[in-house]
Amino acid sequence: MSSIGTGYDLSASTFSPDGRVFQVEYAMKAVENSSTAIGIRCKDGVVFGVEKLVLSKLYEAGSNKRIFNIDRHVGMAVAGLLADARSLSEVAREEASNFRSNYGHDIPLKHLSERVAMYVHAYTLYSAVRPFGCSFILGSYDEDDGPQLYMVDPSGISYGYWGCAIGKAKQAAKTEIEKLQMKEMTCRELVKEVAKIIYIVHDEVKDKTFELELSWVGEVTKGRHELVPKDIKEEAEKYAKESLEEEDDSDEDNM
Amino acid sequence: MERLQLHSQIKGVSTGTTILAVKFNGGVIIGSDSRASMGESYVSSKTINKLIQVHDRIFCCISGSLADAQAVTKMAKFQLSFHSIQMDSPPLVKAAASIMKELCYNNKEELQAGFITAGWDRKKGPQIYTVALGGMMLSQPFAIGGSGSTYIYGYVDAKFKPDMTLEEATQFSKNALALAMGRDNVSGGVVHLVVITEAGAKHVVVPGDKLPKFHNE
Repeated sequence: MSSIGTGYDLSASTFSPDGRVFQVEYAMKAVENSSTAIGIRCKDGVVFGVEKLVLSKLYEAGSNKRIFNIDRHVGMAVAGLLADARSLSEVAREEASNFRSNYGHDIPLKHLSERVAMYVHAYTLYSAVRPFGCSFILGSYDEDDGPQLYMVDPSGISYGYWGCAIGKAKQAAKTEIEKLQMKEMTCRELVKEVAKIIYIVHDEVKDKTFELELSWVGEVTKGRHELVPKDIKEEAEKYAKESLEEEDDSDEDNM
Repeated sequence: MERLQLHSQIKGVSTGTTILAVKFNGGVIIGSDSRASMGESYVSSKTINKLIQVHDRIFCCISGSLADAQAVTKMAKFQLSFHSIQMDSPPLVKAAASIMKELCYNNKEELQAGFITAGWDRKKGPQIYTVALGGMMLSQPFAIGGSGSTYIYGYVDAKFKPDMTLEEATQFSKNALALAMGRDNVSGGVVHLVVITEAGAKHVVVPGDKLPKFHNE
């Protein structure tokens, strides 16, 4: 659905004759250039997985994290311009903190995602600023309301999901996610599947090495958003690599 | 004791008062007297209602300066209504109490009013929060407040039981209020009671002649 909006694409305050705001669409293209991030909601929690491409061997391992903690019960995985995403994570943190200060309890995720989406949308109205070039997935777990997952894109829309993917391989990732019966899975089972999906959609030819970032929030973490512990992560990566090899093998048999 | 001292310094109309709230099995009962006084000796109203509804299933009992209490509850009612529409769900009792607390704490120099916020919500069921003069917020299984409350600490400490039935809790409240009104000169009139449960809020007025009588009456 790409077209060049010559003349109508210079500022976010201009519509094109066919009713599009090209600056916002270009912002979404910036997200599509970034590597993939996925979030999946299961029976008792939410799991995030990010394919973090390593551009140089000189980088310290674990730098430039793409999963943030917004409040103790909310996590955020991002794709797109990382600097824009960091600025939005601060906005989300302030919203959550002010809510807790005023109302005495954890911010409900639907409300948080609507508030941050409103903020993102404000930057699509004026020619003096550019839209944010990142999408992000918010996830939380609460004893009473259960697991929640919301995604916000540069146009300022937020939707609730059972599973979603953003970034360059989002189509392939969505196909894999749709194969899962996530409503019946627990977080422990889901962690392995998330790792497997990231390994599947990673393009060995175009992009070389990558680091897998995994985090979760759910009954297993008593409602706190945390990075997946080292041993569980290693087990998940082992499962992912083995599944990939099996699929390679079966391809060879068919030939 | 803080309340007794400050009471004589409240200018204008004060709710020298007795208020209470009690949790029972399935809800809360809140109650108050109905006297408003100016100074120590003039009763400016015999029939005011000190149980202010701030949302469908959340009420605030007011004490201290009547003007301050009305201003705070009016503001809290507005904020709570806005919050509840934004959340698209009934507000938590804790959220209502937090709103009261923020107003009291941030304006503590100007205000002289204390509250008992009580109600029912889907998440934690019946709850009671005391919001004191300076903005302290405290969750309790039952709470008493106002100048008349000093006379009934012994009674409520001795007679309160957790998980009472509605009848037991009603009798407990009526007794406590009657005892306080009998000894505190700035509490009196009728007893207002509101019962809040999942089903809603029901207001009952108990006139003076129907209140429990004790040995000296």
